[in-house]
Amino acid sequence: MTPPTRTRRWPAWAFLAPVTGYLVAFYAYPLYRNVELSLREYTVRSFVQGGAPFAGLDNYRTVLSDPTFWPTLAHTLVFTGGSLAFQFTFGMALALFFHQHFPLSRTLRALILVPWLLPLIVSASTWSWLLNSDSGLVNAALGVVGIEPVHWLTSPGWSLASVTIANIWIGIPFNLVVLYSGLQAIPAEVYEASALDGATGWQRFWSITLPLLRPVSAITLLLGLIYTLKVFDIIWIMTKGGPTGSSATLAIWSYRLSFGNLLPEFGPGAAIGNLLIVMALVAGLLYIRLERRQHLR
Amino acid sequence: MTRLSRPRRLAAVAVIALCAVTTAACSSSSDDPAGGGGGTYLVWDPYPQFADDSDWVALLKKCGTSAGVTVERTGYDTTDLTNKALLAAQQGNSPDVLVVDNPVISTLAEAGALTTTEENKLDVSSMEANLLGAGQSEGKTYGVPIGANTLALYYNKDLLDGAGVDPGSIKDWTSLTAALTKVKAAGKKGITFSAIGTEEGSFQFLPWFWGSGAQLTSLDSAQAVSALTLWTDWLKQGHAPNSVINNTQTTSWQEFATGEYAFAENGTWQLGNAEKLGFGYGTIAIPASTGGPAPAPTGGEFVSIPVQSDAGRYATTQQLVTCLTSADNLLTTDATLSYVAPVAAVQERQVAADPKLKVWVEAVKVARGRTGDNLGTKYPKISEPLWTAVQAALSGTKTPQEALAAAQAAASNG
Repeated sequence: MTPPTRTRRWPAWAFLAPVTGYLVAFYAYPLYRNVELSLREYTVRSFVQGGAPFAGLDNYRTVLSDPTFWPTLAHTLVFTGGSLAFQFTFGMALALFFHQHFPLSRTLRALILVPWLLPLIVSASTWSWLLNSDSGLVNAALGVVGIEPVHWLTSPGWSLASVTIANIWIGIPFNLVVLYSGLQAIPAEVYEASALDGATGWQRFWSITLPLLRPVSAITLLLGLIYTLKVFDIIWIMTKGGPTGSSATLAIWSYRLSFGNLLPEFGPGAAIGNLLIVMALVAGLLYIRLERRQHLR
Repeated sequence: MTRLSRPRRLAAVAVIALCAVTTAACSSSSDDPAGGGGGTYLVWDPYPQFADDSDWVALLKKCGTSAGVTVERTGYDTTDLTNKALLAAQQGNSPDVLVVDNPVISTLAEAGALTTTEENKLDVSSMEANLLGAGQSEGKTYGVPIGANTLALYYNKDLLDGAGVDPGSIKDWTSLTAALTKVKAAGKKGITFSAIGTEEGSFQFLPWFWGSGAQLTSLDSAQAVSALTLWTDWLKQGHAPNSVINNTQTTSWQEFATGEYAFAENGTWQLGNAEKLGFGYGTIAIPASTGGPAPAPTGGEFVSIPVQSDAGRYATTQQLVTCLTSADNLLTTDATLSYVAPVAAVQERQVAADPKLKVWVEAVKVARGRTGDNLGTKYPKISEPLWTAVQAALSGTKTPQEALAAAQAAASNG
């Protein structure tokens, strides 16, 4: 007879196997392949025929020394930072607003979720029509109040701002939903107590809402960061990263290298992809560290 | 049958689940053809718009039947197809027949994924040399064109009549710009094209680039600068809308379809849509700087035969492809695709059937392959700096001179 410990371990392994298999096949292996791609010098020939020579960190050096690297990194940071700041602020303001439970608040809240439900290709195409230099609605509206048309998508000065605005619009519902549910978890008694103590609205927000929402805010921002770093579709549909790379982020650059050209450069493309993963990972670790410090306090 | 114990049963479930996750490990590859005749032959094409009941698929099936095999066809989005084809070649499961956009041929040939006509015994002697050029590299031919398209200028007849412009008078850049000025004076918009930051942008700029006498090996020549200056000045003077910087060929066509624009640079594939315009239209060849038609780049697909581990399949595949590219079948296919045939005799039959195609047949005759002139896989390294330069000049970041100098530097580095 088998010892009881072994019988108990069997089902445990059996239950573990599918999820492990899934993780290995769909996460670990692709990740490993991406790292491998970035460490070898692939040409189309060696991609198909095999035998790409090991190149160490050459692809990373190529990417880092490319004159487009620093501007593209700056675009990524501006795009991500700008998106997060405004999405979070608007999301928070709307969450507080809808927390008041006024008539129609449910209907209005549902309406605000629409950007989230639309396929990205639809919302990005719509934005690109709205912002069209010659026939866009935005320029037509500006014309009514006597402002010269702005080349939203076709001037290097505006293209990054335009895609950021579109991305903010798409990201607000997510922030609203998460922060709104966070608000509901704050006990009403705390507010009642503060009201008895004579706290003003601003004081309530800064001393109660914001501190008690901190864990929810942190996870919202972290998820937003990971999501925004890898945003590709909106920018690609609206500007293709142009004109002349003025709205290109690292994700766009990676795609351009790997797939956007007749002659793919998988090595540098994969290297940029890995840099993005590292950036998200650093943010994640930072989050865990902050979390832990908060728990210790 | 004895009942499995609970742990055993769970283990069995786990193994099945693992198998489901890693299907490749548990299934055996089983697409072995049944000897010489019969079997299933795979065809990939970039025509997802054609459903199984379309003429194109019917033709594929018919050619399969006459070769004694079943044809299984998959249509992919054209940008998707390049990656799919490369991956399939890497995994060793390429289709038997691959219909692919012509500039991709040199990439796939470089990857060693395609057979040459020496190996697959395809006869390409009847094909027009300038069209075949895109599929040739270092004296080898990697496929056969199924049809060609190229660019020309569509014009709005009603609008030009109103502005007092005779399209027949447009022979060179000077007369074209003069026509645009007249159109503007009449309160209408001049010309729309696509200068987007992708291959499409280079494709649209090339007729002007080549029409100036410039060569792809020297992006910063005086002729090249004159071509880019022409476009930049059109934008500055309001002859072309600023939106061209972000226009695809489709959005550019939509602008033309509003009826506000006198001219649009667009391709053979829009002929079908042109019939649906709410105004009279016509086409003229894109003029070269000093007159005559400018060489436009050739578009259109090649039929190629990817490398197979079983060389015995080539004989049947060759029959299939020969059937697809036979004169009668080319006529049908190119009519469905709204392409110009790659064979002179078939072109004549096309013009006889539809005189409107005359402009296009002439444009195709003087057109050039982008990857021709032995540029091959060097072309992508030239094209990207070129479209970037076009964008830089049109958006006013750089002068045409500076932009093209930077492009030439980038192209020689790559």
